[in-house]
Amino acid sequence: MRLRPGRRRWPPGEGGGLLPAKIIVLTSGKGGVGKTTSAAAVAAGLAMRGHKTVVIDFDVGLRNLDLIMGCERRVVFDFINVINGDAKLNQALIRDKRNDNLYIFPTSQTRDKDALKRDGVERVLDELKDSFDYIICDSPAGIEHGAITALYFADVAVIVTNPEVSSVRDSDRIIGILASKSRRAEHNLDPVEIHLLLTRYSPDRVEKGEMLTIDDVKEILSIPLLGVVPESESVLRASNTGTPVVFDEGSPAGQAYLDAVARLLGEPRELRFLRPERRGFFRSLFGRA
Amino acid sequence: MRLLDFLFPERRNTAAIARDRLKIVLAHERASAQAPDFLPALQKDLLEVVGRYIEIRDDMLRVNVARAGDTSLLEINVELDGAVIKPVGNGAAPANPKPVPVAITVAKPDPTSEPPWVKPD
Repeated sequence: MRLRPGRRRWPPGEGGGLLPAKIIVLTSGKGGVGKTTSAAAVAAGLAMRGHKTVVIDFDVGLRNLDLIMGCERRVVFDFINVINGDAKLNQALIRDKRNDNLYIFPTSQTRDKDALKRDGVERVLDELKDSFDYIICDSPAGIEHGAITALYFADVAVIVTNPEVSSVRDSDRIIGILASKSRRAEHNLDPVEIHLLLTRYSPDRVEKGEMLTIDDVKEILSIPLLGVVPESESVLRASNTGTPVVFDEGSPAGQAYLDAVARLLGEPRELRFLRPERRGFFRSLFGRA
Repeated sequence: MRLLDFLFPERRNTAAIARDRLKIVLAHERASAQAPDFLPALQKDLLEVVGRYIEIRDDMLRVNVARAGDTSLLEINVELDGAVIKPVGNGAAPANPKPVPVAITVAKPDPTSEPPWVKPD
């Protein structure tokens, strides 16, 4: 079904009642594959499509979503404060200055690993569900408490994977955990909807036989492909300035993320940016790879 | 150096190696992740029973569940190479009380062959 831009309603249209938010987790097992970059981009992309979206940092003790979103100086209260009842939800939520539909929910820098209590998280998510269309959960790396809590309540999981052996193996592990340890699995509900987001893909290296192809990764993990984000200089530029990469209109990575968001909303989109960049004659002779 | 690479290509498709290694390791890991919880207890009991007749070390008995398509296969491997037969029980003293080395030879699996549940393309 094609979702209309704007709030999620049923039946669709102005007359419909608001639907509770869909919870989407971005997870990977392995660190450094682009979970936070992707969470920021997907959340901003959904907001650009008119959906009221909040992105939550689950990486307690290693807060970074605030930096990627460019709101690190506006953090006063955090996720753990709200879970513990020390702050109200609206005191901790940070409204994005570039898009009114987008909110950032930063986490705490505490070293207490167990601060993320499951019943507390559930209470906060239930409160958020009423006022948002999408809740994006940015998972920490690993398969410890924080990562399990981030994926536990998910309706949809986006598995962020690099075309590289250790990332693919860890993705497979996380897919197994989603199938057995998520709330939907434990309560025998419909399984979590799982998508593959292939990031840092380099068409140049694939052509040389130096990198796993899209089909290789799809076949090994056997989950549907949500998008392919090419390795792109614009990702580092975006993180330098605290801008979700989808706000950089000229960026191939930003365009690829917007395509992925469209597919998440049920709109078919052709895959793009899968051909190696054409180099000039002299660069191809003397340029470095 | 690009020009030299072009004139003297040394092409090795490392991506294909990566793909094949991943397929094998994930086939193993998925099988063991789906293994029933009773396997360690079963292994302990089997060790006790087999240990009444043959002196074996813990690592000489392995229990596995392998999967090929819809079929599950419970594999119990007992390594007898170098194992020692114990005197037979029943109260009566055995004719030869001295432990004898077992003369059973077990066909070792060919390490180069793939496990049975890894299907070729």
